[in-house]
Amino acid sequence: MLSEFLQFLFSGVTVGATYALAALGFTLIYNASHVINFAQGEFIMLGGMLTVAGVSAGLPLPVAIALAIAAAAVVGMLVVRFAIQPAKGADVVSLIIITIGVSLVVRGLTQISLGKGTHSFPAFSGSEPLHVLGATLLPQSLWVLGVTAAVVALLGWFFSRTLTGKAILATAYNRLAAQLVGISTNKVLFLSFALSAALGALGGVLVTPITMTSADVGIMLGLKGFVAAVLGGLGNGLGAVVGGLLVGVAEAMAAGYISSAYKDAVPFVMILFLLFFLPRGLFGARVTERV
Amino acid sequence: MALLEVENLSAAFGGVKAVDQVSFRVEPGSIFSVIGPNGAGKTTLFNLVTGIYHADSGEVRLEGRRVNGLKPYELARLGLSRTFQNLQICMNMTALENVMVGAHLRLDRSPLKAMLRLPAIVARDRELRREAAELMAYVGLADQVSAEADALSYGALKRLEIARALAARPKLLFLDEPAAGLNPTETGEIDGLIQKVAESGVTVVLVEHDMKLVMNLSDHILVLDYGRKLAEGTAAEVRRNPDVIAAYLGASA
Amino acid sequence: MRRSRYPGLLALSLFLALLPLALPNAYTYDVVVRILINAILVMGLNLLVGFAGQISLGHAGFVGMGAYSTAVLTTHANWHPLPAMAAGAALAGFLALMVARPIFRLKGQYLTMATLGLGIIIAIVIGNESAWTGGPDGMPVSSLSLVGFELSGEKRWYGFMAVLLVFSLWSCQNLMDSPFGRAVRALHGSEVASQVVGVNVGRYKVAVFVLTAMLASVMGSLTAHYVGFLTPGVAGFFHSIELVTMVVVGGMASLYGSIVGAALLTMLPQLLATLEGWETVAFGAILVFTMIFMPRGLVPTLAARFGRTR
Repeated sequence: MLSEFLQFLFSGVTVGATYALAALGFTLIYNASHVINFAQGEFIMLGGMLTVAGVSAGLPLPVAIALAIAAAAVVGMLVVRFAIQPAKGADVVSLIIITIGVSLVVRGLTQISLGKGTHSFPAFSGSEPLHVLGATLLPQSLWVLGVTAAVVALLGWFFSRTLTGKAILATAYNRLAAQLVGISTNKVLFLSFALSAALGALGGVLVTPITMTSADVGIMLGLKGFVAAVLGGLGNGLGAVVGGLLVGVAEAMAAGYISSAYKDAVPFVMILFLLFFLPRGLFGARVTERV
Repeated sequence: MALLEVENLSAAFGGVKAVDQVSFRVEPGSIFSVIGPNGAGKTTLFNLVTGIYHADSGEVRLEGRRVNGLKPYELARLGLSRTFQNLQICMNMTALENVMVGAHLRLDRSPLKAMLRLPAIVARDRELRREAAELMAYVGLADQVSAEADALSYGALKRLEIARALAARPKLLFLDEPAAGLNPTETGEIDGLIQKVAESGVTVVLVEHDMKLVMNLSDHILVLDYGRKLAEGTAAEVRRNPDVIAAYLGASA
Repeated sequence: MRRSRYPGLLALSLFLALLPLALPNAYTYDVVVRILINAILVMGLNLLVGFAGQISLGHAGFVGMGAYSTAVLTTHANWHPLPAMAAGAALAGFLALMVARPIFRLKGQYLTMATLGLGIIIAIVIGNESAWTGGPDGMPVSSLSLVGFELSGEKRWYGFMAVLLVFSLWSCQNLMDSPFGRAVRALHGSEVASQVVGVNVGRYKVAVFVLTAMLASVMGSLTAHYVGFLTPGVAGFFHSIELVTMVVVGGMASLYGSIVGAALLTMLPQLLATLEGWETVAFGAILVFTMIFMPRGLVPTLAARFGRTR
């Protein structure tokens, strides 16, 4: 009983950590620009797929990973330059549509250049499972959790201690005021997309040895990351992490105890319930339209 | 019986008391104005009474009936209509259609009948178009009847809002700064229009900065300052009130 | 919307009547029939997205509900296609109603999320209930016979769909040029202003959503009969995105735009068939370019350029 539960919990937390990174990416971009970036999932996919490409080209794994994350960050900045900036002044829905378009382009190009197949690369420190109270735990899961925790801590430090981090927060809080005190909100936009892309890619890299990857994994991962972000209260960083873990665990529990076929439906059922019953509870006060 | 009674109405936003214990009565057929310095809470008061915001305490009665907490569309059914300080025109529609929407509650809104374009709907629609065109002429927009809303000038849009509000055939019409941003000629025309509307039997409640306009039109004036009622009375009474003079000149009374 | 709608309707009817002269074979007929089906579907979605200003990223879910209701009820329960179609529409409408009432209190991104979630859940259910739907392998659907008239073959379908398109266009135009439609467009223009004149904004949003969902379901049923074989992709996220793309490219709040958008983007995969894999890229690029350079969409932009407004 306990071992079974633990087993589900381990796999849930592992996948949840990836969702958490994706959700953090959503949150970052949302705060900096009020854009809901539907291309976030493609960054996760890029992380995994580009590492695969690097490894198969003969690069050592750490180099391939570093390049993949850097490349994803560059793609993030290209997205700002060629899709977000030119659409200045577009409303929320138009921006959502634009990022959906971007995600199609990224996915399509990846499919064309790297193929449709499913890939993986070796786990960072072997695949000999550890045994914990009757449940097995992959060493890669520890990598996922450890790195995610480190990243969250690093982001916390970045936003509370560095000038750049504070500039991003200031922009999130009040864009105009931030501009008035001399913050380049443009730079903030680029930075937040690059950072989000890197976070997403990192998640993709970490989880690929466990779940494998292919050019079309981005949609589901991205959407689930979005669910996690909304669950945690869109715009709230810590909430995003909690939301991610929650989605991952709920999904794993549902897969284990109810039906693995409906695993993918779980986050969406969660989000519908949330939107129905707690829209204000989790998102804070309702904004009153000024007339 | 007063058409509108407001009793001890209060609302705070983020700890700031925007409207504080305000009471007043509006008699049918009159022009009632709310004035006060910037930030005195005039528009907030309007938004509270017209159901856009919710009051923390106090009561609003329309023809003796308590209407607190009713939504704007429910208040519309009871004969209340309004315009907005910062224009709320549907720019995705023609000017005429904006006015036609005003008649919403008086129309058959069945989608099925509309899809099949039944003769009764066609006839009513034609009548409505004529009616709306007349209303546009009434507010001085006769030459804009076939224009898109986004092609109208600012002054014209202000009138269009009044025409739309009138299309609802309200008993009580709230005008939120109808002369704001208008030049003296246009202001004079709006002055005439408001008078015409009031004479047609619609009770008008007005928020306005233009003192000349207010003093000229109003039967009764309520002065707000820092969310509180500072004074109330006819134009002559208000003009003589030392508190009002102090508030407007910035001196301490 | 003041202009008489009959010259346009007449021109479209004439075009559709003459088009067969330019269709050399069954394949081209097939493409055109698909265009017609999509055009009606997209017009319906445009009522919600373009006219009412409410996004739906799960619309294919309703198409799938209609398609699979028809397929399952006619195959497994031996229903006649018409009641099966009606049942699908009723089911889609009911689900839309249940979901829309709480959703429409929310704005922009949450609505997107909710419609998206709903669509994905429907797609997952269809993909998993293999006993009924055949799962990912799909299931065959019988052809449609209406009161003794067997609707089969591309040519008959063309005739049927052409008439249906003109009728749909006419009735959507009627609807949007009615008190109901004006209320819907007004709430897009200014929610607060429409409230003040008595429009119960929430109710109207729900009404349009339910209406479009039911229309999508009916078109799904027709698609099922026409294609003769269903796979879960019909309800999938990508199909939802395709539909939104057609609305956006053709033109928000432009019914003719929806026809143009459906035509262009239905033909696109046929044109790109030789360049495998580029279809997704092309769709994405078109979406981005349209939103940036022609946010109003093709038909309204061109119409404005040639001095007409809609």
